[in-house]
Amino acid sequence: MSKDFVNPLPNRNRRRWLIDSSCLAAAGLIGLTRKSQAAASKIRIGMTPAFLHDQHSLLGEWRAFMAASLRRPVEFVQRDSYRETMDLLRLEKLEFAWICDYPFLHLKDSVRLLAVPLYQGRPHYRSYLIVRKDDTRTRSMTDLAGSVFAYADPYSNTGYLSPRYEIRQAGRDPANFFGKTFFTWSHRKVVEAVASGLAQGGAVDSYIWDTLAHVEPALSARTRVVWRSPEYGFPPFVAHRSVTNADFHQMQRHLLDTSRSDAGRRLLGLLYLDGFTTGTPALYDGVARMMRAFGET
Amino acid sequence: MRWLFNLSFRHKIPLWTSFLIGVSIFVVGAALMTRAYDDMKHAVVISADNLAHTLANTVAPTLLHDDVWRAFEIVRSPIRTESARTPVQVDAVVVLARDNRVFVSSHPEALPMLSEAATLGADWLLLSAQLNAPAGTRWPLVLEPDDSSYLYLALPITDKDAQLGHLVLRYAKSVFHPWFVDTIWQGLGIGLLVLAVLIPINWYWGSRMATPLVDLAQRMGLMLRTVPDPLPPDLYPYDDELGQLFQAYDRMVLALRDKAALENEMVKSERLAAIGQLTAGIAHEINNPLAGLITVVDTLKLRGDLDPRVVRNLELIDRGLMQIRDTVAALLVQTRVQARHLNQHDLDDIHTLIQPQVGKRRIRLGWSAAMPAELPAPASLVRQILINLLLNAVQAAAEGGHVSLWLGRKEGSESCLSIVVRNDGAHLSEDQLVHLFEPFASTRAGGHGLGLWVTYQIVTQLEGRIAARNDDGEVEFTVNLPLGETSCNTASA
Repeated sequence: MSKDFVNPLPNRNRRRWLIDSSCLAAAGLIGLTRKSQAAASKIRIGMTPAFLHDQHSLLGEWRAFMAASLRRPVEFVQRDSYRETMDLLRLEKLEFAWICDYPFLHLKDSVRLLAVPLYQGRPHYRSYLIVRKDDTRTRSMTDLAGSVFAYADPYSNTGYLSPRYEIRQAGRDPANFFGKTFFTWSHRKVVEAVASGLAQGGAVDSYIWDTLAHVEPALSARTRVVWRSPEYGFPPFVAHRSVTNADFHQMQRHLLDTSRSDAGRRLLGLLYLDGFTTGTPALYDGVARMMRAFGET
Repeated sequence: MRWLFNLSFRHKIPLWTSFLIGVSIFVVGAALMTRAYDDMKHAVVISADNLAHTLANTVAPTLLHDDVWRAFEIVRSPIRTESARTPVQVDAVVVLARDNRVFVSSHPEALPMLSEAATLGADWLLLSAQLNAPAGTRWPLVLEPDDSSYLYLALPITDKDAQLGHLVLRYAKSVFHPWFVDTIWQGLGIGLLVLAVLIPINWYWGSRMATPLVDLAQRMGLMLRTVPDPLPPDLYPYDDELGQLFQAYDRMVLALRDKAALENEMVKSERLAAIGQLTAGIAHEINNPLAGLITVVDTLKLRGDLDPRVVRNLELIDRGLMQIRDTVAALLVQTRVQARHLNQHDLDDIHTLIQPQVGKRRIRLGWSAAMPAELPAPASLVRQILINLLLNAVQAAAEGGHVSLWLGRKEGSESCLSIVVRNDGAHLSEDQLVHLFEPFASTRAGGHGLGLWVTYQIVTQLEGRIAARNDDGEVEFTVNLPLGETSCNTASA
């Protein structure tokens, strides 16, 4: 072996150097991340199809109201499916999100319950089974066996989990109960699918359907509610666990105080909500029970 | 049908040309309509092909991922509301899966998901049969089933080499029709506009041509009975065949008029000649016994032993015979060649001779006698002609009226003496003009009607011509007499 080929660093030293440098790099990375978050201090809020999120002017107004109240820039991040918002939360690309109760349970290890909207004075909503207005034959879910059925989103409680649970309760297998099922990726589009006749039945969020009855009565009037599910906890606002307590409480306080100002009440009126409450995870025990029935934890 | 061809040109020309204009517009219009319909269908197919390719590419991933809602949103996107319907507007979009079941359709009520294409109706049965046709089918498949109100265009949906299903576009032909009807109405409107412009022009042009023709035909129809009038000069002032026809007609009418005038003149002359002969014959027959009777009466009167009553009767007979002799002499105009030529003094004499009559009726007398010292015309006969004509004129003129004489060589003919006597009395009637120169054809009470007869006889025997006419409020007598051997050789006007 030639002298020229002798390693100048002993193996031990080399390992040490590697560890040191990687620790340094990691520390620098963490420091940079924290620094950038603090410097931007922008709050990113994920908006899911849990509400009529195509009311763009309403969203703009809400964002401005929130930014003024928090004295920080606020960004609403809209995605077309629950799954995408859930992924953004997991990747810490969002600080807060308004998500469905079902994803909340999926993500319960990485998010904290921030606030629950009050709908008709209570933090509850239901799943509606809807059919076309001119379908006078259907009286319950079982009448729709073999038909084409529209689900909202695979991570929606009222638009997927609840109707499947109902089928299961009737002793049928939701996997082959319908002739064909498809997802519309939004509650509102479930109503459109049923109204247009594409699907014979659909499962929809009661809050969305009731709001549509105000906002777009022509559309909701073409459908008829056949069955109402038991009450579930209303889709909550959640905070990622990485969000600091200060930010968490500031945001929570802001939400709870929304109904105290005129501008806030006006916004709530447009959202057809009454306010926010802190809520408890126990609100969502019903969903957890259904999940367990399907073997999900 | 024959009555149509028997119609007057006044109607036939405009009718025929209008009919031809109408037929032309209809034929051209129909050709354009057919073309427009084909073009429209072609445009529909091109537009459908473009749309089908776009949709087939867009919808392919949804088939791969069984994403019904996205597929539904895609197939709904080209569908418009009722208000915006055009022929290139797609009526329905259907995505058929590989098993020929409806994967998604733009109209799920009528064309529900999962239904077998062949069960959707006769059109779809035919269509699904064609879609399953063996390889080599030319895409896009354009299908226009008989008795169907739809046109279909189908395209396969492929992902790389795999065929995922078919995309079918349906177009309602019922939408073509209002558009086509619109086009027809537009064409019809333009056609009517053209007709509205052309037909009046055509009627004007037709009647412009037909009116002279009709006029001509009417006049030609009259031709056997009478000589018709010439056509008005401004009726058709052009030199085409029609114009030449009218000019020829006018020339013919003029020739016919001359001929008729000549015939009239001949008939009149012949009648007068016949009357003259008859008169002369009768006069001779009377003259012979008359001469005997006069001689007998003269002889008897010479005897002195006659009863005074007989003498009175003889004188009565004598006066009667004399009257007969004078009358017969007047009828029997005999011109004898006289040596003496007409001179200025003869005219002066005549002027003097008629003065008493002129003065009595307070007539203004115009006298224009451009006359050399002497003319080679028989003086006594010319004097008789002048006196007859002038006295007639004085009698015919109104009280205090006007009479004129013009005498001289005839214009353009040195060897012709022309005498023109005019008066402002009443015009002569047609009937009077015809019988004017016959004996006892007096135009006024008190005249024995032999003056003009004698004048006519003299003029005729001198180989001259006499004519009378109404002219510009006056009555004019013209006499032309040859001077010397040559005749005047002109017809009297």
